[in-house]
Amino acid sequence: MKNPLFVTDAEQRLIPSGGIRGPVPVLIAIMTFVMVVVAAAGLALANTSAVVKSGVEHRYSIQIADGAAKAPAAMAAARAQPGVVRIAQVPPEDLRRTLERWLGPAGQEADLPLPAIIDLDIRPGADSAAVGRAIEQAVPGARFVSHRTSLEPLLKALRGLTLLALGLVLLIALASAAAVVLAARGALDTHRGTIEVMHGIGATDDQVARLFVRQIAIDALLGGVAGAAAAGLIIALILGGASTATMLAGTPPIGWNDVLWLVTLPLAIALLATQVARSALLRALRERL
Amino acid sequence: MPHPDHGEGSAFLTGTIVEFDTVGLRYGTGAEVLCDLDFRLSEGSFYFLTGPSGAGKTSLLKLLYLAQRPTRGRMTLFGEELSHAPRDAMPAYRRRIGVVFQDFRLIRHLSAFDNVALPLRISGHGDEEIEGPVREMLAWVGLADRASARPPTLSGGEQQRVAIARAVIARPELIIADEPTGNVDAAMAERILHLLTAMNRLGTTVIVATHDVGLIAATPGAQLIRLEKGVLVDPTGALKHPPGTARRSSEAP
Repeated sequence: MKNPLFVTDAEQRLIPSGGIRGPVPVLIAIMTFVMVVVAAAGLALANTSAVVKSGVEHRYSIQIADGAAKAPAAMAAARAQPGVVRIAQVPPEDLRRTLERWLGPAGQEADLPLPAIIDLDIRPGADSAAVGRAIEQAVPGARFVSHRTSLEPLLKALRGLTLLALGLVLLIALASAAAVVLAARGALDTHRGTIEVMHGIGATDDQVARLFVRQIAIDALLGGVAGAAAAGLIIALILGGASTATMLAGTPPIGWNDVLWLVTLPLAIALLATQVARSALLRALRERL
Repeated sequence: MPHPDHGEGSAFLTGTIVEFDTVGLRYGTGAEVLCDLDFRLSEGSFYFLTGPSGAGKTSLLKLLYLAQRPTRGRMTLFGEELSHAPRDAMPAYRRRIGVVFQDFRLIRHLSAFDNVALPLRISGHGDEEIEGPVREMLAWVGLADRASARPPTLSGGEQQRVAIARAVIARPELIIADEPTGNVDAAMAERILHLLTAMNRLGTTVIVATHDVGLIAATPGAQLIRLEKGVLVDPTGALKHPPGTARRSSEAP
């Protein structure tokens, strides 16, 4: 079987260039634009989620509600545990400043009882539950809290949004494929006379399909590249103009690896369109004798 | 000469290019347009298919050029039973048949040259193999100077000649022509008939559907296939048991 994308000049003349063109390149461009933007958003969310997660993965806090008096004992107990690599008590001034946001000037009053909060990092692989149990036993009333547990609702939301973006990308791909199927069937109807003559003379389905597949591959590639270029411009403008995401995550939300993924999307769309068009054409041709 | 009995399973005969065994054809749920067709066509013979309008000539031609499958019976072409042959097998058989359609079915946006070259291109011939034979064929049908013209700019007669050139260019084993002289003057009709008889002398089996009695009279040795209301009229049985056919030696009883 010949390469489905190889068509001689004489074969090209069989189906004038209006073969599949029409709205297909524009449609593919729009679909690719939306797909790249959504995929970029999904990747940015996934990256942010990863950065937030790695920042709190091994961080814990000891909270002692009834005061600073127990803080030294708690710190001593923590220090004695294997796997604890960093211990730091949150300064009372910081706590008062935080409370001031909620309570106003009353937050700075000296007689306002403050909890003691001690942050600690535990080495990856260490038994954090054992550390927590030991501290809670040594200092009654102390609570050992995982930062990750506190941030779990946020991480869960980020994961959900990332999956939503992935789902949208797949849906857009599916919609593009459906549009290509319709366009391919429309092209077959437009050129029904030529196809009947070719079949009558002994052309195989592959020979007929090849005439259309090449055209749709070119259309899909042109549309895909145009859509991706427009999306890339928009993404660059957004990332260049707003550093909120960067500040939130501490790193750029989209790295070079992600850019590579995004660049492959128009190629993937072109490949998908070509394959789907070929299958649709062959299926439609098989409906005839 | 022994002939297989009707109920024997229609062993294909050497020298037979087409064999119909109780073939029937209906479109959808309508009545049968062809009924119990039982005949054999000899290789290298010349046949005229005649009958009044609506007799089923076009339907029979569609069966012969593999645009339709019979709804019942067995249809054997080139020694292969094709009534239930897989669809993928059809192109190879269609390439052995040249068809002149009554409505020409030329591809409007292709030049006369490209239309005539189409069967060769579909068979995989390269441009360098195509150029000479196609020019020669166009010259033969008197269209050498119209090679680059497109069908809409050609007269009916010119289109018919392009259609004939396209049907014979690949030297098919079987030529099927539906009213091939319907749109040409007497001189061109004679020329077309001459081309078809020349192809026939080279061993090609020719089937021409026509109402033109003059054409039939001008072709001595040609046999008649007459249809009436979808039924074959064969009072002598010559079409069912044609002379000059014999069982393959391996199938001899």
